[in-house]
Amino acid sequence: MTYIPHTDSDREAMLAAIGVGSLDELFDRVPEALRFPALNLPDGQSELEVAAELNGLAAANIHAGDYAIFLGAGAYNHFVPSVVNHMLLRGEFYTAYTPYQPELSQGTLQAIFEYQSMMCALTGMDVANASHYDGATSLAEATTLARAHFRGKRTKIILSPGVHPQYRAVARTYHQGNELKFVGDKGSATIPDLIDMLDDDTAMLVVSYPNFFGQIDEFAGLAQAVHNAGALLCMVVDPMALGLFKTPGELGADIVIGEGQPLGIPLSFGGPYLGFFATRKKYVRQIAGRVVGETVDKHGRRAYVMTLRPREQDIRREKATSNICTNQGLMALAACVYMSAMGKHGLRRAAELCYHKAHYAAEQIDALEGYSVDMSKPFFKEFVVTCPRPVDEINEQLLEQWGIIGGYDLGQDYPDRANQMLIAVTEMNTKDEIDTLVEALRDPDAHAGHEHAH
Amino acid sequence: MADWKTPEDLKYTENDEWIRVSGNTARIGLTDYAQDHLSDLVFVELPDVGDTVTKGEAFAAVESVKAASDVYAPASGKVVAVNSALDDAPETINSDPFGDGWIVEIELSKPTDVDDLMDAAAYAKHCADRE
Repeated sequence: MTYIPHTDSDREAMLAAIGVGSLDELFDRVPEALRFPALNLPDGQSELEVAAELNGLAAANIHAGDYAIFLGAGAYNHFVPSVVNHMLLRGEFYTAYTPYQPELSQGTLQAIFEYQSMMCALTGMDVANASHYDGATSLAEATTLARAHFRGKRTKIILSPGVHPQYRAVARTYHQGNELKFVGDKGSATIPDLIDMLDDDTAMLVVSYPNFFGQIDEFAGLAQAVHNAGALLCMVVDPMALGLFKTPGELGADIVIGEGQPLGIPLSFGGPYLGFFATRKKYVRQIAGRVVGETVDKHGRRAYVMTLRPREQDIRREKATSNICTNQGLMALAACVYMSAMGKHGLRRAAELCYHKAHYAAEQIDALEGYSVDMSKPFFKEFVVTCPRPVDEINEQLLEQWGIIGGYDLGQDYPDRANQMLIAVTEMNTKDEIDTLVEALRDPDAHAGHEHAH
Repeated sequence: MADWKTPEDLKYTENDEWIRVSGNTARIGLTDYAQDHLSDLVFVELPDVGDTVTKGEAFAAVESVKAASDVYAPASGKVVAVNSALDDAPETINSDPFGDGWIVEIELSKPTDVDDLMDAAAYAKHCADRE
């Protein structure tokens, strides 16, 4: 099948019109030695042979399904119901590129509107956008909003050290070269310490809920203190936790952001993921990203359109609310399908399973000689274990000999947390897997000499 | 539509702002020609009282159903009042561009800034030339 519509006589007519004798003549400015080089390619293979080769390459990788996973730190092994893929893989959704013309894309626009609405319900906010690349980008955009809101008159952004280290790094990278100062996260400041940093130069204070260590901080009085200082409160949240805990809206947040990967998106070796962004109505004209709105057509029928467009680059150029003008449409759809399929009660049930399994694991591990779990604050699905040996040593044994992917080595990001492992437990971890992890930590050498085959 | 209003007591810029000077202060807004071409206004982004404005630089922005536009300062000074009624009723600029649709009042830092602006007749011609 030919995909090029020109016929030979079309080509002849075009060449004649521009006074060129042949197609080759169009390239005569390219040095002869560089024209149509001889390529040393192997012969083409059949589909059967190509499939065999690619499957061989893919089999060299281990994947989430092969191992018991206790690694989280921002991306989690949660259950993805099969209905999610059934919707995502539909050609109308999967292959369409920026399908936002209302005349043609009511399905897509409605799905995004519903995603936005569900994120508002989940976070307790008034308005959500159609998403950003990931949680880290969402934090960068929240910072942009804070900067724009105060028109450059406030230059300080207070970051809790409990916010994901990569998010904090991305926010700094994004804003390098401008007048903003990021403070508060170099040590181990508590919420009261961060409140002490508030002054009339503070544009925004950012906390994480749960924090990077899985804990729920005490937020009483935080929103009030931030607002008394005239600043904005931003909360970075795990959407799965919101199945169980109070919404950030109830806690007084002005901006709520986070990583939507737990909502029906697989681990995928780091992406694509889903940055969600929700805020109060009064800030809506300052947010970045696409926003879908509901209206009526000329016959009075409900219809969906992209709205509040003058925030975006194609209209405001350098005065747009962001230099990034895209979203994660397919991932937002995944989250929308997931939340619809799970519903309020399903999401709560999944969160409860995470909570109870994590607490079971924490108790068992804390009872092990040489290990201790930080249970000083309430926690959701992750907890910090202080180990008797370096984390990377333990993880290597767990992987090679037990078929377990162990937790995150916190010493990489927090110098005073050497030998501390961040363990994540989700609804996907069975009791047997947790018991095996405990056994492996108790006596890692028990399986020495047994290579875990996959 | 020809015959846009151009009050005699005002001065005008090429970007379709008007300025009414009284003593050391001045009121600034958008002209009838501007509101007609922008069509229905839906949002006005006002500066803060106390902000400095510089002649020729954007100090506010308006959004209509058709476009988003910057509003440029006809003269330099300090903002002493903003028309916050425009927050809830941006369409006032369409219905009464020279009266209730005013945008800001400034204290002029350099009163001679207005000397090179157009008078009503010159501005009316400027509008006609662009049609």
